[in-house]
Amino acid sequence: MIVFDVVDGNGNSQKIEVPEEINLNLMEVLKASEYNILATCGGMALCATCQVEVSEGIEKLPPPTDIEMDMLDQLPRCTAQSRLACQIKISDNLSGAVFHLQSA
Amino acid sequence: MIATDICVIGAGPVGLFSVFEAGLLKMRCHLVDVLPQIGGQLSEIYPKKPIYDIPGYPEIKAEELVEKLHQQILPFKPGFTLGERVERLDKTDEDEFVITTSDGTEIKSKVIVIAGGLGCFEPRKPELERLEHFEGKGVVYMVKDPDKFRDKKLVIAGGGDSALDWSIYLSDIAESVTLVHRNESFRGAPDSTEKVFHLATEGRLNLMLNSNLHSLQGNGILNAVEIINKQGVVNKLDADYMIPLFGLSPKLGPIADWGLNIDKNAIEVSTLDYSTNVAGIYAIGDINTYPGKLKLILCGFHEAALMAQSAFKYVYPNQKLSFKYTTVNGINAF
Repeated sequence: MIVFDVVDGNGNSQKIEVPEEINLNLMEVLKASEYNILATCGGMALCATCQVEVSEGIEKLPPPTDIEMDMLDQLPRCTAQSRLACQIKISDNLSGAVFHLQSA
Repeated sequence: MIATDICVIGAGPVGLFSVFEAGLLKMRCHLVDVLPQIGGQLSEIYPKKPIYDIPGYPEIKAEELVEKLHQQILPFKPGFTLGERVERLDKTDEDEFVITTSDGTEIKSKVIVIAGGLGCFEPRKPELERLEHFEGKGVVYMVKDPDKFRDKKLVIAGGGDSALDWSIYLSDIAESVTLVHRNESFRGAPDSTEKVFHLATEGRLNLMLNSNLHSLQGNGILNAVEIINKQGVVNKLDADYMIPLFGLSPKLGPIADWGLNIDKNAIEVSTLDYSTNVAGIYAIGDINTYPGKLKLILCGFHEAALMAQSAFKYVYPNQKLSFKYTTVNGINAF
């Protein structure tokens, strides 16, 4: 199992467990976990409604691709810890990470 | 005024195919789209990308699918209003709808089909206190008439191409331009980036890197913008205008105010016929939601077919509708 923490907009933290073999991205897992994110564009890095802040473990994630960087770079609330959940594939790299939910 | 049976909002694949399904039942369609061309996302965002789940096509490029859909609906002579955004919906005394676009085009129809996909792309807004208060009173999201900024003090925020391009352009016109960007580098076109740094060295542009917008000030009308840098130091800049250029984000737009049931930016429909809670208005494709909804083009095609049957009964309550296969009946062009 891959285990990571998700902190919602109200500061509530929850451990999320996902099987290793699951072929999903983080946005899909968050939606399946009933988090209230819009994910309007369905994972094409277009709407940034799945923006997250990675307070722990960002260095273990694969770096953002150009399309993700292009979108992040435009966002008003964006820090060096910002990522788009739809562009993060679920993998071992996420173990121990902490994701804070935001919406654009 | 344009008059038609069905006004389709959105000329993406599902909106286009609804013309075909309506046409088989001898109903005419007029399509409206904010984009200047048909095809929606397929033309605008990923024209060259392959799609693998269109029945009968192991692989088809998005732009090719749009072209084929266009061919398929031509016998039914759809009308198009492109490059205009739907702004208003009114009802006539005869129980018909009138749609008014941003350019004032009016379309009268018996049925409205919303096939709006992701919705309209609207400017993304920064989170600042009292932002709405200053909108149109110093805060503008689009540069429509550059001359408005002549000899004014401007603060532009953002790091994309439009922020760079407008900073360069307006530095010639305005009294002063300050470009605020959260990073120390830009990902925009290299020559624009170079030009911005060059203008900054020449003193014709004030560049504030590693900085964010902090607050807006003014008594009714904007007169200053506070900027905070990574060290937490706040700088106050006199400003006549603040132009946030943080890209576009898909929103429902004016449709959200039409009294339709909305859940998470999508329109709730009945899976019986994809009708909304307002009689005569249907929603199909990515813009609708129902239990088990899948945002797939092929699901949108199915929704278009069922919508057309229901729309026919709505428009002609006294006529009997007999279902016919195209293989038996062919296509009877208008």
